[in-house]
Amino acid sequence: MAAEDIWVLGIHMTKFGKHPDKDTVDLASEAVLGALADGGVTMRDVGVMAAGNLMGGAAAIGQQIQKQVGQTGIPVYNVANACATGATALRTVIMALKAGEADVGLAVGVEKLAGAGLLVGGSRAPDAETWTRRGRYGQVAAIDGRIGTETMPGVFAQIGMEYAHRYGGVDFELFARIAEKNHAHSTLNPLASYQKRFTLEEIMNDVMIAYPNTRPMCSANCDGAAAAVVVTDAKRKTLSLEQQRRCVKVSASVLTTDPWEEGCQVLPNVNTLTRNAARQAYETAGVGPEDLDLVELHDCFATAELVHYDNLMLCEEGGAADFFRSGATWRDGTLPVNVSGGLESKGHPIAATGIANIWEICHHLRGEAKDRQIEGAKVGLAHVIGLGSACAVHILEAAA
Amino acid sequence: MSSTLPTPAPAISPETEEFWAATARGKLLLRRCDDCQTIIWYPRPFCPACGSLKTSWTEASGRGSVYTFTVVHRSGIPGYRDALPYVVAYVELAEGPRVLTNIVDCEPDQVRVGMPVRVVFHDTGEGNALFRFRPDEDA
Repeated sequence: MAAEDIWVLGIHMTKFGKHPDKDTVDLASEAVLGALADGGVTMRDVGVMAAGNLMGGAAAIGQQIQKQVGQTGIPVYNVANACATGATALRTVIMALKAGEADVGLAVGVEKLAGAGLLVGGSRAPDAETWTRRGRYGQVAAIDGRIGTETMPGVFAQIGMEYAHRYGGVDFELFARIAEKNHAHSTLNPLASYQKRFTLEEIMNDVMIAYPNTRPMCSANCDGAAAAVVVTDAKRKTLSLEQQRRCVKVSASVLTTDPWEEGCQVLPNVNTLTRNAARQAYETAGVGPEDLDLVELHDCFATAELVHYDNLMLCEEGGAADFFRSGATWRDGTLPVNVSGGLESKGHPIAATGIANIWEICHHLRGEAKDRQIEGAKVGLAHVIGLGSACAVHILEAAA
Repeated sequence: MSSTLPTPAPAISPETEEFWAATARGKLLLRRCDDCQTIIWYPRPFCPACGSLKTSWTEASGRGSVYTFTVVHRSGIPGYRDALPYVVAYVELAEGPRVLTNIVDCEPDQVRVGMPVRVVFHDTGEGNALFRFRPDEDA
């Protein structure tokens, strides 16, 4: 790597769930102050900041957070990149550090979603009596329910069924078993939205949201925030031995969008940009899927987890079903996936997710994950995807 | 039956002005990259495959086949509501690109994936026409 290495010095996530007594600024501030304390630094040490909040509509969330955690006059970048918003905030400060603009950076993502219901399409108003073409995207009528769907459950249901159709050997029960795993995993995560183990029967017999995903197979809308403090290698070397020991190396930080293709103009392709991000990340980090000790991937739906086993090259192409059936992705398997409970059980406060998954990996690499520690974990991968689309992959390594 | 589909006039941008003007003459134009020869859909002044800014117009054969389709039975869109049921389809042009369109001049239940189709133009009354496709008996 041309530029110097970047390290996660401090990281924190709030409890995910319902926080009726806290707003986005409260939650984000709790995450920021927690991350600063975890790293043993203060806002006085931070030279650059990035903040993300997708659904709150608050302009300048970063500046609002600064008023609660410390205003030092540093630049703040307010970023938005769908479900990859948190990871984009982190990558923004990593880029600033690599560019030599600062030696300590702070990234935070926050969302309040408890009780939000379907995020797209489901709450669409009925069609008006008259329809007028307008603007760049108003030239054609809404597609939802006519030539496809814009609802997230519908889109990801199709993505899973497309994989099942292409490779075979995949059925409703297999997808339900993925959710069974993630809900079982979250029973060990005190910060997860849900810590309830569901039986396979309970999952399969729950409300069908969009076949083949029932309710517990969909990501949990919840409130939460996560923040990370990152430092340059030169800065790290000036810190105490204890701080250096707890630092986690960012071996790769990759962000991709859709490359042009003669593809479907309705159903998004979540595969190509994820595969591209993974390939770049492995190359940059100099590690391969076989070197990973754990993975936190974007299981916004059970169907998504299956296709991302393949996209992240955790298995042979087309082999995701066999890979899952082997038990590999359970916490006692050969490559544990979503030991936090994932989006389905830990929860998915959108802009926080892309830092919260890195929080999970860091805790294992530091040996601080307590009851759910993956023993001896040295290398982990965190993945998020936001439709539109943006995909972020981070590879993290324990300090030697 | 789909012959009653409305024909609202398109919004015209500088990049699509010639395209829409040609529809009035019964011609379907495609943009082609002069460097890598990729046929570009929808009309844009650059090549999405190689990034080249050297592109020019070429006339399409007007032939293609149904790549996929759906039959719309419920629609809240004014105008289209009266044309139910109608077919929305992707047609793969003989030149390569897939275009979103309607299949007309046949019963919706006659449409099949792979079915040969050819372009027809429906006059908007405003100096241009909408391109749609009908079964191609000659193919």
